[in-house]
Amino acid sequence: MITLEHYLMVSGMLFAIGFAGVMVRRNIIVILMALELMLNAANLSLVAFSRFHVAASGAPNYNAQVFVFFIITVAAAEVAVGLAIVVALFRLRQTTNVEDITALKF
Amino acid sequence: MSPFLFWFFALLMLIFGAAVIINRNPVASALSLVVSFFGLAALFLSLDAYFIAVIQVLVYAGAIMVLFLFIIMLLDLRAEKLRKINWIASGGGIAVALALMVQIFSVVEKFPAAKQFFPPLPKPASDDVRQIGLLLFNNYTLPFQIIGIVILVATIGVIILSRRETR
Repeated sequence: MITLEHYLMVSGMLFAIGFAGVMVRRNIIVILMALELMLNAANLSLVAFSRFHVAASGAPNYNAQVFVFFIITVAAAEVAVGLAIVVALFRLRQTTNVEDITALKF
Repeated sequence: MSPFLFWFFALLMLIFGAAVIINRNPVASALSLVVSFFGLAALFLSLDAYFIAVIQVLVYAGAIMVLFLFIIMLLDLRAEKLRKINWIASGGGIAVALALMVQIFSVVEKFPAAKQFFPPLPKPASDDVRQIGLLLFNNYTLPFQIIGIVILVATIGVIILSRRETR
């Protein structure tokens, strides 16, 4: 049988994959995709906890699902702004590789 | 949900999630991300979160992925030229991610409630859209309005950022 632990483990693995992507990849667009993976891992554990905590009325705890709704909305806005910044940067530098964009490097 | 379906969709999600960061071609990464999101939507369905599963497919697999693919095509990114991979940096990044995963696992292991099964639902959660809507407009009215302003600001910001400078 599947317990809450399995969902939390899968969520942790997805988060680690996204984190590895942010650390390893050098293409800004792929880094943004890996960020999306991390946000989705958080969503998965929130929904798992929502299903795990059944209220007295017999319904799952919908507060967590409202929170996931907000996270998805903010993620959509974040991706739109991030990709607009990438396009502006590409116009300026003709690259999406983070190793070529070191103006702020200490 | 049967354990077989859970493991099928969880492995689908994880394998294609790994494919996102392994592929060198950004278009292949974006398409792997779509498959990964569909696996995640199936996991949401297994948790009786029908509304979340639907907006996951609509917003992520629909809107956000179209945005990613559009930008990749617009910038005409080819597969990365075979730059020399910095193996020390890559290995370090993967090691940090693995350490994080081990930490998450050890915390989950020490969490006794996680060993319990999911309590059964007395009645199917098929009216979850109504329940989430009620909660959204009764308890979370102010956050809902703030999120509207966030989207408005993001829209204006994107237009200003992508406007061509006219000098």
